[in-house]
Amino acid sequence: MEKTAVFKGKFLPYLLLVPQLVITLVFFYWPASQAVWQSFLREDAFGLNSEFIGLENYQALLAQPEYYKSMVTTLVFSSLVAALSLSIALLFATQADKNLKAAPTFKVMMIWPYAVAPAVAGVLWLFIFHPSLGTMARPLRLMGFNWNPMLNGNHAMALVVMAAVWKQIAYNFLFFLAGLQAIPRSVLEAGAIDGAGPYRRFWTITFPLLSPTTFFLLVVNVVYVFFDTFGIIDAVTGGGPAGATTTMVYKVYADGRLGGDLGGSAAQSVILMVIVIALTAIQFRYVERKVQY
Amino acid sequence: MVEHRRWNDILAYAILILGVFIVVFPVYVALIASTHDAATVVNGNMPMLPGSHTLENYYRAIFVGGSRASREPVGHMLMNSFVMAMGIALGKIVISILSAYAVVYFRFPFRQTAFWIIFVTLMLPVEVRIYPTYKVIADLKMLDTYAGLILPLIASATGTLLFRQFFMTIPDELLEASRIDGAGPFRFFKDTLLPLSVTTMAALFVIQFIYGWNQYLWPLLITTQESMQTIVTGIKKMLTTTDELAEWQLAMATAILAMLPPVAVVVFMQRLFVRGLVETEK
Repeated sequence: MEKTAVFKGKFLPYLLLVPQLVITLVFFYWPASQAVWQSFLREDAFGLNSEFIGLENYQALLAQPEYYKSMVTTLVFSSLVAALSLSIALLFATQADKNLKAAPTFKVMMIWPYAVAPAVAGVLWLFIFHPSLGTMARPLRLMGFNWNPMLNGNHAMALVVMAAVWKQIAYNFLFFLAGLQAIPRSVLEAGAIDGAGPYRRFWTITFPLLSPTTFFLLVVNVVYVFFDTFGIIDAVTGGGPAGATTTMVYKVYADGRLGGDLGGSAAQSVILMVIVIALTAIQFRYVERKVQY
Repeated sequence: MVEHRRWNDILAYAILILGVFIVVFPVYVALIASTHDAATVVNGNMPMLPGSHTLENYYRAIFVGGSRASREPVGHMLMNSFVMAMGIALGKIVISILSAYAVVYFRFPFRQTAFWIIFVTLMLPVEVRIYPTYKVIADLKMLDTYAGLILPLIASATGTLLFRQFFMTIPDELLEASRIDGAGPFRFFKDTLLPLSVTTMAALFVIQFIYGWNQYLWPLLITTQESMQTIVTGIKKMLTTTDELAEWQLAMATAILAMLPPVAVVVFMQRLFVRGLVETEK
């Protein structure tokens, strides 16, 4: 789509574009290309000398068992968070979509956690499930469950998943509710006339009609787990215990900062960029076309 | 709905109340913890009702800071967070409305190129390029400054796309009419486009304010002085002392304070928030 009525102007449009282009070039393209370039270099600890080493950083990375472990962790983490937060949010959204008097109140009550910073959400859940002072730790122990996310990797994973799901439900709820409200009532009424009960109507009418929303949310949730959960992981576990919650993004941070391995960290950044670009491309290609009825 | 059964409504209420309980529970616990003294919080058997140390805790958190680990008082961190969030939100609105105006209302060489240069930034969040961006900021001597906190985070395409989309819906007749009235590009922008864009700007502001306020990784990296810390990064630092020393009641008071501004924005500007969220995503 293009405007037919436009202004003429030789310099003005460039002038208008300058602020955004300068900021984008300086803080986006320059660092991104530096990341690519750095991934082919080896730098000494002080950053004084660097040497071109081709693909060695990538080879070293792919020879590291920890890197595969972080991939698996990311996969487990993102599938758990996406599956849980999507299904819980869908359950709540279908209930809020019913003709209830208090529905608007419930809507506000469900969406505000969107505004809570991931790091803050992490701290809240850490406090509740803290092994020594947490409110839930004592009941868990009384039930004979030896809860300790500081030492047990699975417990730590469960804790970051809980915090991430808690925060993400709001977003998914909002989009599911909008999707549900966009489904024409007449279709559901037709189903009812044909004798389909509420469950049958949900699975054969509502759920298929929601599939574009679901797919869109799936991609957004995966991206969310990749990046926005950094604050949760850093606040709750710091990637531990023993790397059990070190996702790929967390490893970029940890290797570059704590390990000082900038070349390896840059190589990881480049791999991540490729993954994100692929995800975004999938979103743009398929959201509109394939998953629509 | 088609059939209206009572048990159906009751079930819906039950599920939603359970949902609200899950959503509210962690914040409730934090709120309670922020009203007790350190000993009550640490013993692992904290009561579920408010204690009597509310004012003391919040006063200490905001104005004094922790006693055991020397920490910046939260009042100052709140200010830093506010400056950063406002800077990001307003900065994004200004640069993106200008660039969208250029892309939509002018024809010039490299117009498409400029648009794509901006568009690509949509795909790569700051997390994947943290160290190189850090280096750029260090080279520009912007560590520990507001500019360093703000500028890298306003380099993104969301705003431009949003305004572009909105400008496309404005009928061409408006431009033709103001042309007949003798208006140039500046007048048209100021008198016609800006007033029409107010809601879009407000919606973008709400989303970007929350985004800016909740930043974690970036401020963590580029602020080394405590005086530049934001509240979201500050909480974590209160807890990095050993567990016995961490003052959880102050940390929880800080968490509540850190949540208040963005949550208030969502609750009181719900319409704009929902609109901004839905529109910036597509």
